[in-house]
Amino acid sequence: MSEVAIVGVGCVGFRPITPELSYKELMFEAAVKAYEDAGGINPREDIDVFVTCAEDYLEGFSIFDEFVPDQLGAALRHLFTVSGDGMLGLATAYMLIKTGYFDTVVVEAHSKASDILTYMDIVQFGLDPIFNRPLGGHPYYIAGLEMNRYLHDTGTTEEQCAQVVVKNRKNAILNPYAAYGADITLDQVMHSERLFHPLKKLEISTPADGCIVMVLASEKVAEKLTDKPVWIKGVGWCTETPSLETRDWTRAVYTRLAAEMAYKEAKITNPWKDIDFAEIHDLFAYKELQHMEALKLCDYGEAGKLTEEGLTSLNGEFPINPSGGLLGMGYGLEASGLQKVLEVVLQLRGEAGARQVEDAEVGLAHTWRGIPTATGAVAVLSNVK
Amino acid sequence: MFGKKRVAIVGAGVTLFRRNLKETGKELAYHAAKMALEQAGMELRDIQSVVMGTAPDAFDGVHMKGEYLADGAGAYHKPYTRVFVGGGTGVFAPLAGWWHVASGQFDTCLVVCEEKMSSCHPHPQYAFTTIFDPILERPIGMNLIWIFALEMNRYMHKHNIKKEDIALVSVKNKRNALDNPIAQLAANITVEDVLNSEIMAWPVQRLDVSPTSDGAAATVLVSEDVAKEVTDNPVWIDGVGWCIDSTHWTDRDLYYPDYVEYAARMAYKMAGIKNPPKEIDVAEPYDPFDYKELHHMEGLLLCKKGEAPKLTREGVTQRDGDLPTCPSGGLLGCGNPIAAAGMMKVCEIFWQLRGEAGKRQVPGDPRTGVAQAWGDLMQYGSVIVLRR
Repeated sequence: MSEVAIVGVGCVGFRPITPELSYKELMFEAAVKAYEDAGGINPREDIDVFVTCAEDYLEGFSIFDEFVPDQLGAALRHLFTVSGDGMLGLATAYMLIKTGYFDTVVVEAHSKASDILTYMDIVQFGLDPIFNRPLGGHPYYIAGLEMNRYLHDTGTTEEQCAQVVVKNRKNAILNPYAAYGADITLDQVMHSERLFHPLKKLEISTPADGCIVMVLASEKVAEKLTDKPVWIKGVGWCTETPSLETRDWTRAVYTRLAAEMAYKEAKITNPWKDIDFAEIHDLFAYKELQHMEALKLCDYGEAGKLTEEGLTSLNGEFPINPSGGLLGMGYGLEASGLQKVLEVVLQLRGEAGARQVEDAEVGLAHTWRGIPTATGAVAVLSNVK
Repeated sequence: MFGKKRVAIVGAGVTLFRRNLKETGKELAYHAAKMALEQAGMELRDIQSVVMGTAPDAFDGVHMKGEYLADGAGAYHKPYTRVFVGGGTGVFAPLAGWWHVASGQFDTCLVVCEEKMSSCHPHPQYAFTTIFDPILERPIGMNLIWIFALEMNRYMHKHNIKKEDIALVSVKNKRNALDNPIAQLAANITVEDVLNSEIMAWPVQRLDVSPTSDGAAATVLVSEDVAKEVTDNPVWIDGVGWCIDSTHWTDRDLYYPDYVEYAARMAYKMAGIKNPPKEIDVAEPYDPFDYKELHHMEGLLLCKKGEAPKLTREGVTQRDGDLPTCPSGGLLGCGNPIAAAGMMKVCEIFWQLRGEAGKRQVPGDPRTGVAQAWGDLMQYGSVIVLRR
């Protein structure tokens, strides 16, 4: 079985609005960058398969797949859509190369959130139409309920959650791909409006526009295309259940199962020791903590304490979300998984500039599909084959 | 296969196809998955990964429909992915199942395709008004019948094909469907019936078109090792292919589906098929409209361009002909719950190759079959080659 590497990345954004670019132009620009980064490949000849990750309602189309090929250079080529987060696309590309039939696969995911006038209504449409949707209200109440339950069960404090925001937005100042870098205080977070008690306004990631394209290659091809391949050591993904009523509200089981799958493949036995840093889905501040525990980076209920003590800050023992996370970069909708992978790739190549984590060899990327899902994915990457 | 892993189908299941089933989409997915598992002699705990195929969320009015259907499809606590290529999804989903297993990541994959079109009011066709470019096309107020009429017209004009010859496909498939217990529109009709049916958008008439439907279909895919344990009668996925053409359908000649040909060539190359008409014993090309079966036979390289109507007229595509085509009754006879309809074709080829198609069984002990679906905006081909 061939090893699989990420050999090229391209990113446009992330920014609060991009009025001068259509979603097609965002995709085109990110694709051009990625193809150039992968040694100047020609998508019309050098790419075996293209994978795009999108959901119809977020795009305003039925069958968004129709509108993808041209700007990626994929007309009359082998392209398809994964209706899911970009990291599910990454897992798909990984499997395609592992079959031995394909050497190069492109993965694309984007967000044109600024085109969406009714984002919350779309999220509302993700709820079960019979049991949950008629309850009405802003669907992020689900996050408020979950946070409450998480704090109650683990003893994590609201201040510890707020600390995640301070850390991530500060990291984002150092990231040119981030939309919302800021130097804010714990007090500012704690005093921001309680939108979904106990979840506060500044603890919620703000959507942003952007696009990420990645080129993956088999071992044989990877080393020809780049001097800095980033190897995918393991991937895992899992859907817990769509049902709000029967899921686990404190432990992010979808993340634990996805992590177990990825760690087994990557031969990770002690994540905190074996991995150098992590990019973790932080759509809401408390989710970073909950996900840290599900990823087995610490014991249940311990994540808040580690964060408070600064162990997960950029200069800490185990940096988490050096990119600034989604709180700092902006929430890229279905691209959020690739936002995570992008940062891990840049760090492992030593190209993360002012936010570079020293001597990073193994990085963890994690994503979640947001409210109301219980679906997540994990990838372990390394610059050592 | 040069050390590459082989993947087998070991079980299949299809629900009834009807205009308006009482079951929810989750329940339909559950029933199809259960039937497929039962035929495979396996249980949900034996399944390591799940793939979902289902067409636009607009039918159900549910955002992230794949997530919504997850528990019905048996994906609870499992790695689960939804793939989506419009109408091509039903044949594409098992291709996704194929790479889950062929990659060595999983030994088993349950592939479920579901469609519940009846919840879209006043008619499922309204969902299709949102598949067009919002600036260039939507303001015209076009619908699918309208653009397929353009394509059918072009195909007829290019090869000088008569409507009578195209109508024969509808007659054949609806008659084949009489033997299919799932079928929604099985009937004994004549060419005259087709030609006298209501004109929808010339040259498309009521009986040229498949109906909208609810339904689900599923298959169980396993590695070679597991296949040996669970069955003496595996059917191998020997070729997979897919291809998308440009978004700009107005820029291409609609008389021939290049994208289907490219997808077919990809699958045939993998399967080592050099002469498709000789090597393929039974075919299920996508037939949402009668002319599409002909169009797709040509795209699948089962005959020369423009020759499919002649083969149909000569009876070659009948169940007892040299190249039985849509022995299931196809979409024209069985109904068209989009993703489930494509998957139904894969199930039909599976049963035909195992000799389990009952009254629909084609004679001659078929060994190799092909199923194909078509999707997006006259733009997508997905192809699977199965062998006993």
